Amino acid sequence: MSNGSLWEYANPVKFMRLSGRVLPWVAGLAAVLVGGGLFWGFFLTPDDFRQGSTVKIIFLHVPAALVAINAWIMMLVASLVWLIRRHHVAALAAKAAAPVGAVMTVIGLFTGAVWGQPMWGTWWAWDPRLTAFLILFLFYLGYIALWSAIEDADTAADLTAVLCLVGTVFAVLSRYAAFFWSQGLHQGASLSLAPGTRMDWAYKAPLYACMAGFTLLFVALLLAGTRTEIRARRYRALMVRERMYA
Amino acid sequence: MIALLTRDLRLAFRAGGGFGLGLGFFLILAVLVPLGVGPEPRTLGLIAPGILWVGALLACLLSLDRIFALDFEDGSLDLLATAPIPLEGVVAVKALAHWLTTGLPLVLVAPLLGVLLNLAPGAYGWLVLSLLLGTPALSVIGAFGAALTVGLKRGGLLLSLLVLPLYIPTLVYGAEVVIRGAAGLGVTTPLLLLAGITAGSAALLPFAAALALRVNLR
Amino acid sequence: MMPDLGAYAVEVTLAWLGSLALLGGLIAWVWLRGRRVRAELDQIENRSERKRHG
Repeated sequence: MSNGSLWEYANPVKFMRLSGRVLPWVAGLAAVLVGGGLFWGFFLTPDDFRQGSTVKIIFLHVPAALVAINAWIMMLVASLVWLIRRHHVAALAAKAAAPVGAVMTVIGLFTGAVWGQPMWGTWWAWDPRLTAFLILFLFYLGYIALWSAIEDADTAADLTAVLCLVGTVFAVLSRYAAFFWSQGLHQGASLSLAPGTRMDWAYKAPLYACMAGFTLLFVALLLAGTRTEIRARRYRALMVRERMYA
Repeated sequence: MIALLTRDLRLAFRAGGGFGLGLGFFLILAVLVPLGVGPEPRTLGLIAPGILWVGALLACLLSLDRIFALDFEDGSLDLLATAPIPLEGVVAVKALAHWLTTGLPLVLVAPLLGVLLNLAPGAYGWLVLSLLLGTPALSVIGAFGAALTVGLKRGGLLLSLLVLPLYIPTLVYGAEVVIRGAAGLGVTTPLLLLAGITAGSAALLPFAAALALRVNLR
Repeated sequence: MMPDLGAYAVEVTLAWLGSLALLGGLIAWVWLRGRRVRAELDQIENRSERKRHG
């Protein structure tokens, strides 16, 4: 191979090609579903008999919370793929997913807290679901911080992958702990979509659209972010080479 | 392995080994909280279990970076990695040393601080038991965190950010044991879960920590 | 067109505006960072191209 290409692995090349073709479509579809779903949910749904107009918040809260969790699961899988198969794309994909997941967690927290305000009378309540999400946010922060703190890319990939694995176990433990811990509270209305009642189709349809849209948005941002990380890695490699032969 | 244990213990007890640090911090916390919250006995009594447990967490945190950092810096960690004992065993021994020099003293001192914080009379036994069962987990989890950050120069703050969320389950169940025990409610669930987390961590985290150490020693 | 948000107008507006701002910020950050890194890479690739062929 000539001294031109530093793409030592076939993987990144194939990924860049495939993702480059797929990304515009994913992004476009995401925009349609998110835009359409949110528009529909905000303007075209009736108020809930109990919750009033605050029911409109579910179109943001539920999809964001969904992505917050799924992003972490994706990071877990990607971390395993990196540790076992050493595909750089997997490690970089996990790295790219984290900020998206973290922001979605914040949106979930923010909307959850505001949604609960009329019910609880405070701008924040230590509801077990919200608390579990807050803890998840802390795990995201730690993961992102560890990536930033370590200079060597492969070392960072390894350590963050191990952290993700261990973190997942403890995040799950924390979720159950949060529910156990909140049993001491008066069992007031908890933040849920009244699981007993069936949700009316008037809400279900736009909600599903938003959930699908947010998931596609995550995929789009993930593809874009991973492409950026791959480019950044190539940039660093070229910088090193430049300095060596300068 | 015993030799490693005695060596680490001796290092910890030497001047500058950080032995009294955790205890000192724990005591200071027990003084600061009433100063910040007001001396009202009822309030203090209500929050005492939580304060003592959070204090134990933070005090353990203080000496975590010592677990591997000193050996990493002078090269002894490389030697330990190639020694006949598996690196996982080294991690376990170092976590044990950390517990003996930080966690166990906390367990012994906690009742005294409970007096300062107006802890409910029925809670003392539960306090000691929960800390006894939970602090080993803090040492093992802390050792994992220390292994992740051992290569970093000023990794202290990052270490705290990584480790404190991992401490949450132990904290919740530990404090719940004390709170429920004091109120006369059933404590089997939190107690078992607390013990389970400690046991699971002690069994599995040394492997994760050894992996992290090998990565950092590359 | 604008629905009557009733008693909870403040909460709903706050939740929606805040979330859209966060979403917009996230998308903008990913996009802008992508552009910046791509530009840096192009620059450095041009430099090494020129060195080899120049």
